[in-house]
Amino acid sequence: MALADLFRKKGSGPRPKSRADRGLLVFEHTSEVIRAEKLLKESGREIRVMGPPPEIQKGCDLVVEFPLMEKLDILRTLAEAGTVPLETVPVTGPLLAPVDLYQVKDFGDYLMVRAANMKLTVEKSTRTIVNVSGGGCPDVPYIAARLIGLTLDEAPAPREIGHTLCGYALELAHAEMLRLCSS
Amino acid sequence: MLIIVGTVPDPAVPVLDAPALLANGALSVGGRALPPDRGTPALLAAAASACAFLGTEPPHAMLVGDEGLGRGSRELYRHLTEVLPSRACSTLAFHYLQPDVDWHNKVLMAAQAMAGPPALVADAGFMYAAKMSGFAGEYALFTPDAGELAFLADETAPHPFYTRGFILQDENRAPELIERAYSHENAAACLLVKGGTDRIADRTGVLAEITGPSVEAMEAMGGTGDTVTGMACALMEYGLPTPKAAQVAAQANRYAGEAARPTPASQIGELVPHIPDALRRAMEELP
Repeated sequence: MALADLFRKKGSGPRPKSRADRGLLVFEHTSEVIRAEKLLKESGREIRVMGPPPEIQKGCDLVVEFPLMEKLDILRTLAEAGTVPLETVPVTGPLLAPVDLYQVKDFGDYLMVRAANMKLTVEKSTRTIVNVSGGGCPDVPYIAARLIGLTLDEAPAPREIGHTLCGYALELAHAEMLRLCSS
Repeated sequence: MLIIVGTVPDPAVPVLDAPALLANGALSVGGRALPPDRGTPALLAAAASACAFLGTEPPHAMLVGDEGLGRGSRELYRHLTEVLPSRACSTLAFHYLQPDVDWHNKVLMAAQAMAGPPALVADAGFMYAAKMSGFAGEYALFTPDAGELAFLADETAPHPFYTRGFILQDENRAPELIERAYSHENAAACLLVKGGTDRIADRTGVLAEITGPSVEAMEAMGGTGDTVTGMACALMEYGLPTPKAAQVAAQANRYAGEAARPTPASQIGELVPHIPDALRRAMEELP
């Protein structure tokens, strides 16, 4: 069935606006919400201030809705300005927690860590990052090109150069790799 | 014609709308060299190699530079909505793009306005948006790995990063997760689930499994999933039914990996030259 037919079946009104790719920034005080709104709008991002869903009334009574895929870039912008949210959650599942399971595979000379959809592989003897795999956001190839061939000590952390949720997942894999390689 | 849509990790690259040419291992689009070392260029290189082997015309690329801020992706989405309705192709594949549900829906409508319309393939970021949009069933093929299958199976997850913990990325649970993805209408007509065992599935369940040769190092290599998807697209364009195209692609990828004799430090460019022989072998052997 064609998409246009689906929309016609659902009614002749405007197409439904899905918010599945949106997230919420939760702050402790309203003043932080106002500051975050100003910062993010000035940087050209599509955000809006709204009331929080009942599940996450942890901080103040306002939250900032933002493009969830740009989480890493937005958190870095806010951190640089000293406006760090209490937490970030998906709009459609505010109780969803980020993945907290790591899968580690030992290839003998190489060690691979997977977090969510991202994998990072390091040569044990030199601590050189030899591969980055997985993911679907466009910063993954960009981060991979920056990391591969550098040691864990030389390479920038994915949180410093990534922009998206895939970049965030790779940051978790990288942090776990650092922990494993220092123990 | 096979059209492949995606991004390259250089924000200076403008929208490119031109055939992808592969010569002596070097990939170029619109006169611009694109190293086929990962991401959409790896998919394009595999598809171009497969098309040359199959005797079909080279894939046509629609690309843009995007380092993850989404600006390039949105520029390309805008271009697609403008040009697709007046274009014709039989297979249209979407790859590394910033997931954005609103733009996804606009692009999907433009694609379905094309003559035909084409069979749609989605992988990577565009597959995430297709699932989130609720219109996954409009696609002929998704090519998830184990983590992405868990995301498709979790009806609430907006991204693999938020897949709920009880939906484990356990390959042994793949048939169950495939069923769950279909029950929530979050899967394409055909799924190629990439992993230690590659599984081809549709709404009725697993149709085929490919288990060998097993090249363990490929699990660590970036781009092995991209080469599978590229070959599957070329085989669909060649005329194979989608499940058969997916099966041949998965088998050929293993043969190419075996021939390349990779280590976990190998890069995907080392696998691409082996694609023609691998495809020949897979097509001869599979019914």
